[in-house]
Amino acid sequence: MITFILKRLAIAIPTLLVLIVISFILMKIAPGSPFTGEKALPKDVLDNIYARYGLDKPEWQQLVEYVWNIVAHFDFGPSFKYKDRSVNDIIAQGFPVTLTYGFWAFIFACLIGITMGIVAAIRQNSWIDYFAIGVTIGGQVVPNFVLAPILVLVFTLWLRWLPGGGWNGGQWPYVVMPVIALATTYMANIARIMRSSMLEVLHSNFIRTARAKGMPGWQVIVKHALKPALLPVVSYLGPVFVGMITGSVVVDLYFSTGGIGQAFVNSALNRDYSTILGVTILLGALTIAGNLVVDVLYAWIDPKIRY
Amino acid sequence: MAVTADARAGEAVPPGAAIAAPPPVAVKGRSLWQDAGRRFMRNRAAVISLTVLVLIVLFTFVGPLFAQWTIEKVDWSVLGAVPQKGYPSIANGHYFGTDSVGRDLYSRTIQGIQVSLTVGVLGSVVAVIVGTLYGAIAGYFGGRLDSAMMRLVDILYSIPYMFILILLLIIFGRSFNMLFVGIGLISWLGMARVVRGQTLTLKNREFVEAAVATGVRPMTIVVRHIVPNLLGIVAVYATLLIPEMILTESFISFLGLGVQEPYTSLGVLINEGSQTMQYGTLWQLGFPLAFFVVILFTFFFVGDGLRDALDPKDR
Amino acid sequence: MKLRTILGAAVAVGMLGSTALTAYAAQVPDGTKLAAEQVFKYRVLDNINALDPALVEDVDTAYVVSNLFEGLYMSDAAGDPVPGAAESYTANDDNTVFTFKLRDAKWSNGDPVTAEDFVYGWQRAVDPETASPYSYFLGLVHIANADDIVAGTKPVTDLGVKAIDDKTLEVTLNAPTPWFVRTMAHPTMFATPKKAHEQFGDAWTKPENFVGNGAYTLAENTPGERVVLKRNPGYWDNEHTVLEEVQFLTVNDENQALIRWRAGELDQTDVPVGQYPTLKAELPNETFSVPQFCTYYFNINMTDSAAEPLKDVRVRQALSLALDRDVLVNNVLQGGQQPAYSFVNPNTAGFTMPDLPIAHMTQDERDAKAKELMAEAGYGPDKPLTFEYVYNTSEAHKQIATVAGQMWKEKLGVSLTLSDMEFATLLDLRHKVAYPGLARNAWCGDYNEPSTFLGLYDSKSEQNDSGWNNPEVDKLLKDANSSGNAAEQYKQIEEIAAEEVPIIPVYFYAKVFMQNDDVKGWPYDNVEQTWYAKDLYKVAE
Repeated sequence: MITFILKRLAIAIPTLLVLIVISFILMKIAPGSPFTGEKALPKDVLDNIYARYGLDKPEWQQLVEYVWNIVAHFDFGPSFKYKDRSVNDIIAQGFPVTLTYGFWAFIFACLIGITMGIVAAIRQNSWIDYFAIGVTIGGQVVPNFVLAPILVLVFTLWLRWLPGGGWNGGQWPYVVMPVIALATTYMANIARIMRSSMLEVLHSNFIRTARAKGMPGWQVIVKHALKPALLPVVSYLGPVFVGMITGSVVVDLYFSTGGIGQAFVNSALNRDYSTILGVTILLGALTIAGNLVVDVLYAWIDPKIRY
Repeated sequence: MAVTADARAGEAVPPGAAIAAPPPVAVKGRSLWQDAGRRFMRNRAAVISLTVLVLIVLFTFVGPLFAQWTIEKVDWSVLGAVPQKGYPSIANGHYFGTDSVGRDLYSRTIQGIQVSLTVGVLGSVVAVIVGTLYGAIAGYFGGRLDSAMMRLVDILYSIPYMFILILLLIIFGRSFNMLFVGIGLISWLGMARVVRGQTLTLKNREFVEAAVATGVRPMTIVVRHIVPNLLGIVAVYATLLIPEMILTESFISFLGLGVQEPYTSLGVLINEGSQTMQYGTLWQLGFPLAFFVVILFTFFFVGDGLRDALDPKDR
Repeated sequence: MKLRTILGAAVAVGMLGSTALTAYAAQVPDGTKLAAEQVFKYRVLDNINALDPALVEDVDTAYVVSNLFEGLYMSDAAGDPVPGAAESYTANDDNTVFTFKLRDAKWSNGDPVTAEDFVYGWQRAVDPETASPYSYFLGLVHIANADDIVAGTKPVTDLGVKAIDDKTLEVTLNAPTPWFVRTMAHPTMFATPKKAHEQFGDAWTKPENFVGNGAYTLAENTPGERVVLKRNPGYWDNEHTVLEEVQFLTVNDENQALIRWRAGELDQTDVPVGQYPTLKAELPNETFSVPQFCTYYFNINMTDSAAEPLKDVRVRQALSLALDRDVLVNNVLQGGQQPAYSFVNPNTAGFTMPDLPIAHMTQDERDAKAKELMAEAGYGPDKPLTFEYVYNTSEAHKQIATVAGQMWKEKLGVSLTLSDMEFATLLDLRHKVAYPGLARNAWCGDYNEPSTFLGLYDSKSEQNDSGWNNPEVDKLLKDANSSGNAAEQYKQIEEIAAEEVPIIPVYFYAKVFMQNDDVKGWPYDNVEQTWYAKDLYKVAE
């Protein structure tokens, strides 16, 4: 197991390098620069700016220095657009926000999704089941950029229960709608997967045996059926985790939470080179870590898997 | 070896179009496909969904014949008074109402459905072709080649793909081709993993060993013997990918990076509609969203039905 | 994310007395019942970029910084200069040396505001190491040696500004500049607290380190979410300040901002395109449309790389004639914008609108003329004209593009290819004049004088996004620069432009916004929309 983890970590480093190089090249060939404004700047002014940010050096050198600064000092450089802060500042400020609502959305999606899936499976073909199917598919097919404005209309404008955006240090009223908007799709997916795998397990022989021995229904579920039925759900958590981060683009843009998704989109539009790279690397690292954790979890639940 | 996440991902989504695939290839599997067909037909939700889906596709071909406006013509009498005059009506020919500049939503919705379905289906086809071959080759040949190929998939999986896609669209501009390339680029990864897993189990089966023993060349074995036997799982997985692609397209449209005007997609229309829903022009959201939801719904049910029909476990 | 300066400088209106204008502050009429909670919440579209005055480059950031710092002179509600950190100034006879007398004011850390702080701030602004995007501004307003310092050929200490004593600042210019004082409200001209900057370096604008001399001080800066300013009790005119707190809240989506405004979470927000009439009918006291100092237009590529048909002046004229501005303004934008047939904004001080034929015709006459011109040029049903229009992603731009395209299609048989791209890409194409046909553009005056618009026609201008090269216009611009009254030259330039059509003017802007009716003191008449929170107050409802 340890070797497995180490091996995966060893792959992570070249992966990140590839990622950095790809993003760097893409950025450089994108039209415009961080200093392209409505006003074209006089040449002298541009030269000063380029010199200040090291853009006057050859591009391979920029790339090498960039990577070196990360490796040696964990320094992602200054933001080219938000000139009085560094990329480290931007990440330090935005990432906890994304992480906070991402975490709650994750918990929320798992709890509700798994519960709904189990209940629907146990009461297969009852109205609860149909209700759950309806809700889950509904959650899957309505994009969150439609859901978010509806939530705001209802809870902010009509009911006046929740603030329509902002973060305010992460007080709970500000977190509720981002969490719902982010969690719905994944909750729906989890419920679907949970339901079908639970059904499969419930129809398997060992459960029949347990039932035949007279074990009470709920005990069968909890003691025998739950763990194997969770397997496919666990394998889905990797994509969920990644999706929570990607999905944060919509949530951030719509609710103006100041999270990392907003930082990414704005920096891509502004050609804020250092911020784009910084955020991409961070998310790449998270994706790798997320997948690794899922694999480990999977192995832990399913003893049949060998490394 | 890690049986990673996606081995089961087939569970998550259902696909729609692929049922057409069965007959020609599988000489020995005919009865299996017939069985599957029968099982599928017994699943009422799946059959109804399939019917609805076919009707929607037909509608995109027949619908334009009844349209009184093109996708780009501005109705000058409505422009500037859309909430008052742009509502859905048979009389003025705007069956679904108009958008914010007085263009006919009926025509535009039909066009949007076409684009969204095309993106979904084409993206899925790329996944099927690239993913199946890639996965089958990796799985069949095994060893170093396998680990190298799968490492590459792992690496690509770790790239925050949506972000790269955003960069791509910014650099190369918005166009249908770019959208399609961007979406297709990544969609095959999951397929490759699933197929590889299946291939690993297939390659030790008697019919493959028989082929090896009779000296059939390895690539021929992959194409003739392995791939046809993967069609079931591929069909399910591909059907499951289509709605995912459609959702991805809508997300890209939300970011303002979708297809170019005057062309449109369901994602673009829904995004426009969701911006104006507080201004009393709910039809701008309602019609496209209804089609969007129905299309995704039907794909899910068809996919479920397909999986049940093809999954030997439930027999 | 429209960038423009907030500089106000009118050459023509030169009758500033040399001293003694009263300072401007919230003017609360007697007997007004003030609201208990004095918090103003202002929506911004994007992050606030940088709170260092030397690095400011966009309008929203300039608003924030103008509340945190105070220049020597600031603007009043009409956009005219009022004393800020200075209490008076004198100028020599030919307006090349200005001497400012600073008032007794303190930085928010208690240090006195000295002339040396201004010298330091201005030197930083031109210092190549600071790499300020507005470093050219000091040269633009003629401060001696500024351009050479930016170019790196002279040391910063050569800048034409010196502290005679703690409270006296002398500025030397390299050309007579009667409107110099008007430029003092621009953030680039603010002071930098020398001690704080030396102590904290680049981190000096973080809330915990922040030192300013404005009516407000920095309480919180969370990029992408909000910037919060709190009243500065040490401000010299603090007794007249009413608002306790100002919040700049980032809301990316204007429709969502409107919902939040309705829910009372914002005090001011923009009206989305096309929604003004409905909102005005519903909330007449809270819906505003005021003229803004900007012009919206289409660039036409005038270089050799242009699409062949557009090289024919008749085609360009026909396109301009057939564009029904009234429909665009009244049926698409619907926010009180004015149709434009020429470039200079009509609110420009001392400018008389040119008398152009196109402005007098009815649309039917224009259409008839346009068809005629197109036929002459050889385009018609059997030889339709095709070209591309590039614009940046936004609902309003898209609507204008769509409707304009249909007008041209129906009237002239033009087949217009729309190309929607994001802003940086469009800017890049435009600055390089690398678009084949038409490009969307808009320009807001940097200072209140016609050359701020017409200067873009100069073949050497960096902003000449059409790539138009007309020696006669270049000469007229040069003459205008050195003449006492340039009205004649400006008129001729507009006439030549109307004939040659390097751009198709579309409309003159209006700022269309919602504002709670308990907010008072907003400078509606300031076409440059410069505002200071210290001038505002909230009344009890």
